[in-house]
Amino acid sequence: MAELQRKALPVIDPEFTQRYHFHGGLKLPGCREAASGRPIQPAGLPSQLVLPLAQHIGEPAECLVSPGDYVCRGQRIAQAVGSISAPVHASTSGTVLTVEPRPVPHPSGLPAPCIIIATDGKDSPAPDMPPALDYLNTDTDTLLERIRTAGIVGLGGAGFPTRAKLARRDAIELLVINGVECEPCIACDDSLQRERAHEVIEGVRILRHIVQPAACLIAVEDNMPEAEQALRAALAARNETGIRVVNVPTIYPTGGERQLIKVLTDREVPSQGFPADIGIIVQNVGTAAAVYHAVVKSQPLLSRIVTVTGDGVQTACNMDVLIGTPVSHLIAAAGGYTDQIERLLIGGPMMGYAVNTDAVPVIKTTNCVLAVTARSMPAPPPAQACIRCGKCTEVCPADLLPQQLYWYARSGNHDAAQDYGLFDCIECGCCAHVCPSHIQLVQYYRHAKTTIWEQEKQKQKADIARMRHEARLVRLERIKQEREEKLARKKQALSGKSAGDEARQAAIQAALERVRQKKEQAATPPRNTDNLTPEQLRQIEAADRRRRDRATPPQDTD
Amino acid sequence: MLTALIALGVLAIVIGVVLGYSAIRFHVDSDPIVDQIDALLPQTQCGQCTYAGCRPYAEAIAAGEADINQCPPGGETTIQALADLLGVDAKPLNPEHGEHKDRTVVEIDEQVCIGCTLCIQACPVDAILGAPKQMHTIIKDECTGCNLCIPPCPVECIHIVPVATTLRNWSWPLPPEAGTETARYG
Repeated sequence: MAELQRKALPVIDPEFTQRYHFHGGLKLPGCREAASGRPIQPAGLPSQLVLPLAQHIGEPAECLVSPGDYVCRGQRIAQAVGSISAPVHASTSGTVLTVEPRPVPHPSGLPAPCIIIATDGKDSPAPDMPPALDYLNTDTDTLLERIRTAGIVGLGGAGFPTRAKLARRDAIELLVINGVECEPCIACDDSLQRERAHEVIEGVRILRHIVQPAACLIAVEDNMPEAEQALRAALAARNETGIRVVNVPTIYPTGGERQLIKVLTDREVPSQGFPADIGIIVQNVGTAAAVYHAVVKSQPLLSRIVTVTGDGVQTACNMDVLIGTPVSHLIAAAGGYTDQIERLLIGGPMMGYAVNTDAVPVIKTTNCVLAVTARSMPAPPPAQACIRCGKCTEVCPADLLPQQLYWYARSGNHDAAQDYGLFDCIECGCCAHVCPSHIQLVQYYRHAKTTIWEQEKQKQKADIARMRHEARLVRLERIKQEREEKLARKKQALSGKSAGDEARQAAIQAALERVRQKKEQAATPPRNTDNLTPEQLRQIEAADRRRRDRATPPQDTD
Repeated sequence: MLTALIALGVLAIVIGVVLGYSAIRFHVDSDPIVDQIDALLPQTQCGQCTYAGCRPYAEAIAAGEADINQCPPGGETTIQALADLLGVDAKPLNPEHGEHKDRTVVEIDEQVCIGCTLCIQACPVDAILGAPKQMHTIIKDECTGCNLCIPPCPVECIHIVPVATTLRNWSWPLPPEAGTETARYG
């Protein structure tokens, strides 16, 4: 069946000459230039690092350190729990101050458990770092284990543990390295490819070695000529012909995994499915570079490139940032806020969310910090009623019916929303962007999604509660039965006592009988009484008389 | 006339045998509607509906003995789901049974606990761990918030605490509605 489906898929053109179009999408004004004009600058060492235990999709990591511990750069300070999880490492050396809930980059604004490290500026490396690996002569399992222990997650934004994403490697036709920026304004992947193309290429080679795909390509946007050139130069320097660099039209959201696959191959990832279902794996360029560092440099994921931009910050730039660095430190390194700063967003202008404090740290998935003024990004005007114009449907890159989803999400009809493909929505924000009534459509979908997940969790909890309750009833019943059985046995034993008495009585009787017989025998005259003198006979008679006189009832004997 | 009677009689016997056989052969142990109702109930096993647990309440609903609006922990959502399942009109929660509250769990003040095991015997889902004259504690993940352990406690060391909102159970709020005050001025 899977084979049949695979056959029905469009054939991948080995030359990748043609580009296809996904449904909808938007041509947005670019603002990447603001940040990508300058070289990547180091953000420097903050006085404190804030490392949340949950920086990825899946189970939060489990803390391994306690306040007062000295930690070295690259030391594992929290371990993964289960397969969809990732460990956390100390980005530099220092002392663990506390482990407590702190504000984290999350739309809820809620605090979450974080490890706080006071940095000491020595940056002393951990002594027990694993050895560098020659990936060509290393088996796949060792490489995958290295990727897992290095805490690498998808750096494109979703933060899915990379090891888990590489789990399905059977019959992969195409490995796509996603160098397309997620959103306008973000330039972290662009600058990485421009300036560290060799790291990207080496990482891609390792990934290719692991996945063994039929074809491998790096996709960049057609407005990133420098990145494309740098990648091509790095490939040429290595005489690497197995990796191809292709450019794709700059239409938002081509950086989305499903949209990129459609553009490159005309294939569509099935609803609720994964790219591996259609023989494709997509990895971000930043992830590839992190894989290179983990395998060749034995360095876990300790830093990433973050775009700091927006007209609320003095100098827009791309920075190499240690994971856990507070956003306030980045802003200071970028020259501080401008006077009109209005809001701080984590992520880009389309999908980013506002945070209410710049104390939140940069985590593994933070690709952009956007400080905006009321002029460049005014607060959304009040929503009007939906006029059913259908513009949202035209731009939806997932080919959904946003308007229908809106009605169902708003009225709490979650079943219908799911029937209309709620979970295929990638929350790109195209529909809300074009809505003439300024309805915050995406937030309705997010509300519906999170509510459904929560209800699902409650249902699972209810199922467990039912199981436990039923198990308890069974146990109580069993205990009751056991008690009854015990009681019955006791009763039986009690009624059996009379039978035992009879046996004892019989034994007593038998003993008495024996005694009586003995007595009788004793009553018979002794044999040595022949030929006695009269004097002796008189003595015997006197003794017998005395004995008879003193004789006691036989029942007292024994 | 006689032929017709015989024919109908034979038909009746045949159908009777077939129906009787299938009633035994295809006998369903439990009434599936009870399972379906039970699946919609929140499984707190709190007994506020006046039945001994969620399943007995489900059985009572199925038998037509109980109304669908007797479950305070389930609230409107459960009533609506039950109404949809049974094809009846939803009605407001019967206040006699209590009011719908946000989910809570209980906590034992371990300094005060004397280890009497009374709460362990009261917990319908075995969510309390302890032994005679040993400190007791609540397994919070398993606690359904039924509060049945509170009345038996002789030293009043069990307290109700709300379930904290964390990143893992947080839900996006709905955006302000078109035309509402918050939308206009918020």
